[in-house]
Amino acid sequence: MELTFYIAAAVAVLATIMVITRFNMIHALLYLVVSFLAVAVVFLTLGAPFMAALEVIVYAGAIVVLIIFVIMMLSLTREDVEQEKAWLQPKLWLGPALLSFALLAELVYLLVIAEMPAAPAAASYVDARAVGLALYGPYVLGVQLSGILLMAGIVGAYHLGRQKKKVIHRFLQEKEPQKERSAAI
Amino acid sequence: MTTIPMETGLLLAGVLFMLGLISVMIRRNIIFMLISVEIMLNAAGLAFIVAGNHWAQPDGQIMFIFILTMAAAEVSVGLALILQIHHQLKTLNSDAANFMKG
Repeated sequence: MELTFYIAAAVAVLATIMVITRFNMIHALLYLVVSFLAVAVVFLTLGAPFMAALEVIVYAGAIVVLIIFVIMMLSLTREDVEQEKAWLQPKLWLGPALLSFALLAELVYLLVIAEMPAAPAAASYVDARAVGLALYGPYVLGVQLSGILLMAGIVGAYHLGRQKKKVIHRFLQEKEPQKERSAAI
Repeated sequence: MTTIPMETGLLLAGVLFMLGLISVMIRRNIIFMLISVEIMLNAAGLAFIVAGNHWAQPDGQIMFIFILTMAAAEVSVGLALILQIHHQLKTLNSDAANFMKG
């Protein structure tokens, strides 16, 4: 079980590195799916099988498919990949990467010197029953707030994603035929 | 169930979060920035799961469920915004959207 955790962790880190270095968006998304699946395996080895299932269904399933649909709607071409390559010069990413590595080194140092409290004697396995009982017991207000948040997300996505019809006054129509054509498309 | 030390799980979460942070800083494409935010949220959820399972309490997993809900709502609104930006500016460059006009 321990070896499974380490292999899955290595796969997750490598897949995430591949995600942030790809120029093609679809390639990056495929690596992102691998990264999420590896994190799901990590959850499984940590003793949270319900969360592993949710990770596969929601993250690797729904969210990635949503992003893929949007990329398909944007109909990106080979020029976009070339432009992405031109945007990602080493002199651009070197500074942020070095500063982030400094922060990570500090985090590692603090984690290494910290005295972790010992785990309770009971096995660290929390099944879905305990999660459900706590979710609809003390955390029921959070569930209701999540419902409100999802409602706001749906309404916001509908409102923002709507393509508004451009209304051009008839006096302006002959001056700007270009705009009218783009509005008709 | 397992003998994985808590530090290892937190380190994995920290590394994943840092990779997402680097990506959201160096990318200019807004879809890549959204993907990086997803990576960071996932790493935060991983830290919650690790901590929750260390003490054998369900609270960490419940926080992960809330993070999952938030990520779903965030990605739907973010993708709608990306569609609008692409429709209006004809580009995915985030620098192109730095002008405000009422």
